[in-house]
Amino acid sequence: MNFGFTQEQSLLRDQVERFIKEACPMPKVREIAASESRFDSTLWQQVADLGWLGLTIPEAHGGLGLKWIDLTVVLEAAAEGLCPLPIASQALASAAILTCGNDQQKNDWLPAMAAGKTICTIGLYDEANWIDPNAITAEAHANEAGYELKGIKPFVNDAAAADYLLLAVNAPNGLALAAVAKDSVKITHQPTMDTTKPMASVDLNGVSISAEFLLPMSEDQLAFLTDCGAVATTAEMVGAGAAILEMTSNYAKERIQFGKPIGQYQGVKHRLADMYVDLESYRSLSYYAAWSVDDDIEGLAKAVSLAKGYASDAFAQIGIDGVGLHGAIGFTAEYDAQLYLKRSKWARPMYGDSDYHMDRIATLGGL
Amino acid sequence: MDFDYTASEQSFREEVRSFISENLPPKKERGKNFLASWLEKVRARGWVGFAWPKEFGGSEGGLIEQTILREEMALAKAPPLGTSMMGLAWVGPGIMQYGTEEQKRKFIPDILDSKVTWCTGYSEPNHGSDLAAIQCKAELSGDHYLVNGQKIWTTGAPWSQWIILLTRTQFDVKSKHDGITCFLVPMDAPGVEVRPIQNMAGDKHFAEIFFTDVQVPVENRLGAEGEGWNVTVSALANERSSIGEVTQMFEKLANLKELVKTTSKQGQPASMDPKVRRTIARFEMKVAAMKFNGLRYLTKQIKGEPLTSETSVNKLHRASLEIEIDDFAVQLMGQAGLQLRGGESAVDGGTWSKSALNWPNVVIGGGTPNIQRNIIAERLLGQPKD
Ligand SMILES: Cc1cc2nc3c(=O)[nH]c(=O)nc-3n(C[C@H](O)[C@H](O)[C@H](O)COP(=O)(O)OP(=O)(O)OC[C@H]3O[C@@H](n4cnc5c(N)ncnc54)[C@H](O)[C@@H]3O)c2cc1C
Repeated sequence: MNFGFTQEQSLLRDQVERFIKEACPMPKVREIAASESRFDSTLWQQVADLGWLGLTIPEAHGGLGLKWIDLTVVLEAAAEGLCPLPIASQALASAAILTCGNDQQKNDWLPAMAAGKTICTIGLYDEANWIDPNAITAEAHANEAGYELKGIKPFVNDAAAADYLLLAVNAPNGLALAAVAKDSVKITHQPTMDTTKPMASVDLNGVSISAEFLLPMSEDQLAFLTDCGAVATTAEMVGAGAAILEMTSNYAKERIQFGKPIGQYQGVKHRLADMYVDLESYRSLSYYAAWSVDDDIEGLAKAVSLAKGYASDAFAQIGIDGVGLHGAIGFTAEYDAQLYLKRSKWARPMYGDSDYHMDRIATLGGL
Repeated sequence: MDFDYTASEQSFREEVRSFISENLPPKKERGKNFLASWLEKVRARGWVGFAWPKEFGGSEGGLIEQTILREEMALAKAPPLGTSMMGLAWVGPGIMQYGTEEQKRKFIPDILDSKVTWCTGYSEPNHGSDLAAIQCKAELSGDHYLVNGQKIWTTGAPWSQWIILLTRTQFDVKSKHDGITCFLVPMDAPGVEVRPIQNMAGDKHFAEIFFTDVQVPVENRLGAEGEGWNVTVSALANERSSIGEVTQMFEKLANLKELVKTTSKQGQPASMDPKVRRTIARFEMKVAAMKFNGLRYLTKQIKGEPLTSETSVNKLHRASLEIEIDDFAVQLMGQAGLQLRGGESAVDGGTWSKSALNWPNVVIGGGTPNIQRNIIAERLLGQPKD
C-alpha cells in the first residue's frame, strides 16, 4: 500500500514546475494565447526533448513506456502555470492510436508523436453536453479512395496546432476514428472563455481519406478514451486549482482592510479552508483515477466519475471564490486569477460534467 | 503507487478475519458474557493498544496493520476492542508520554484489560472551543491539590471510574496556554458530583461535573505543573487515521442504497429519481474522497513525514456527511421517516430517525466545523490567527 509518488515522479514534477516558471511564465502564456497560431513551436520542441510527449507511449514505439500516473504529474504541474501547449491532446491522441490502431498504425504514428514531430488531437462527441455513442454524428462512407467523410465536428481541442486530427465518426462497420490531415479540412477557431485552450470546429464535408487512416473503435474503446480525457482534464484541474488557491491565500495574507489582513476574517479564511478541503479531495480522487488507467481497468469508470464528478463543481467554485476573494483587482484582465476562473469553466463540461458523472456513479453503484 | 498489501499484511488480514468469524456470533446469539469474553480474547491477541510499545503491553503494530485491524473490525461491526475508548485513545498515550513510572504501572494495564473506564474533563460551561481559557481551579496545599470548579459535556461521566481533568493552577499568566495542569482523578473522590444531561436523542451519555474541595494527591498530577496544555495537545494529536470511520461510512452508504431501492416517492421507485441518484452519488464522492485522502496521509506517515493538521480535511467531510446522510434518508421516507423504534411504519427499526438526531456527537463533540476551518486556514495555509 503506497498512495504516494516515487522519487522519479517527484523529480519529474520539479522539472516541469521549473520549466514552466522559466520558459513559460504567465506573460508568455498570455502572449501565446493572443498570437494567431495560439501555439509556440519552439516551446513545443523543448517539451518534446524533455520526453514529456512520449511518457505513455511504449518504448518499442519510441516513448518512455511509463504510466498515466506519470503523465498526470506533468499535466498537473504544467497546468499550475496554465501552460497552453497541447500536451493533453497529444497524450489522448497517443492513447487513441494505442487503443484503436493496428501494429502498422502504431509504428507509423507513435514514434513521430513521442518526438513531437507530429502533433495530434482527438475529437470525440459532436453534441455540446452528451457523452454517448449517439452523440457522434459525423460519418464516414466507403468510396474508391477509402472513405468519404461527412459532417461537422463542432468541438475539437487544439485543432489548429495539430498536424492530424483523430475524429470520431460513424463508419460502415461501426464507430471509428478518422485521422485527417489539418490541411485537408476546414478548421474554424471558436472563441471561448479560456484562450489557453483553443477550440475549433472542423468541417469534414467533401474530405476523403485512404483506408489506413480509419481506425475502428468499439464503444468500450470510446468509453476508455473518454475516461482518459477526463483523467487528463482532472489532472489539469488539480494543478490549476492549487495555483489559484495559493495565489488567493497569499493575497489574503497581504491585503489589509479595517486594519487587519483579510485572511483574519472568517468570511475569507473559511472560504480558503473549504477551497483547500475540496482541492485535497479531488486531488486524491484524481490520482486514484490516473492510477486506475493502467492498473485497474475494471474500476476505471467508477474512479474517473468520482474524480471528475467531484472536481467539476469544486474547481468551478474555487475559480469563483479565487476571483471573488481578491475584490475588484481579481476582476481585472491584467490580474491572473481570472485566467484560472476561465480554466475552471473550460474544464467543467470536458469529458462529462458533474451530473453526467454522478449519474454514472449511481448506476455503477447499483442504483 | 500501489494498493497491494504485502504477504504478511495479507496474512494479518486473514488472521483478523478468521478470528472474527470464530469469535463474533450474530447479535442475537450473543450471550450475556459475550462482551467480557470478547474483550479477553482480543486482549490476548494483543489487539488492544495494538500500536502501543511492547513495554507497556502493546504490540507495536505497524500503521498498515492498524489500518487493517480497524477496517476489518468496522466491516464486521465488531464491538470495540476495549471498554475505555478515551483511555485507549488519549489517556493511555498521555500517561505513557508524560506519566511517572508509578502512574504507568498503575493505570496502563487496567486500560488495556478494560477494567477501568476513563472520561475526559476538558470543556467547561464558559469554555468550549476556547479550551485553553478554562477556569476550573487547582491549588497546591501540602501533599495534595484542592480542585474547585465545573466541567460539562463529559461523555461517559455517569459510568466512568476515572477522569483526565484539565485545571488552572495559575491565573495571572501572559498566555492562556500557561498555568494549565492536568490531573488523573477518581470519580468517586469526595466532592465530585456528576449530574447527567439528556441530549436531544433522548440519551444521557454526557454530564456536568461539579468539583468542590476535591483533594487530589500530587502523585496524580500528569506532567509538570503548568504543562497541562502540552499534555492535552500531544495526547489529542495521537490522531488516529480515519480508515475505520471510512469503512463505517461505506457501510452506511450501502444501507442507504438498499433503503432507496425499497422506497417509493410520489408513486415512483425512489431509485429512479435523478435528484435522489445524484445526492447519493455526491455522498459517495465525499466518502471516497475521505478514503483516498486517508490513504494519501497514511502513506505520508509511513514515509515518516509527520501529519500536521491534514486530518481536519476528513473531519469536515465526516461532519457534513454525518448530518446529510441521515437527514436525506429521513426526508426520503416521508412521514415514516419520522417514526422511532416501535412505530408501526418505522423503517429499519427506527435506526435512521434515531441516528438523524445524533450528529452532534461527531459534528460538535470533536471540535466544531468552524474550528476545523480555522485550523486548516491557519496551520495549513498560513492565514493569520483569529
Ligand atoms: C456529544 C458531545 C460529547 C462531548 N464530549 C465531551 C467530553 O467527553 N469531554 C469534554 O471535555 N468535552 C466534550 N464535549 C464538548 C465539546 O468539546 C464542545 O462542545 C466543543 O468544543 C464546542 O464547545 P461549546 O459547546 O462550548 O461551543 P462554543 O465553543 O460556545 O461554540 C458555539 C458555536 O460558536 C462557534 N465558534 C466558537 N468559536 C469560534 C471561532 N473562533 N470561530 C468561529 N466560530 C466559533 C462554534 O463553531 C459553534 O458553532 C462534547 C460535546 C458533545 C456535543
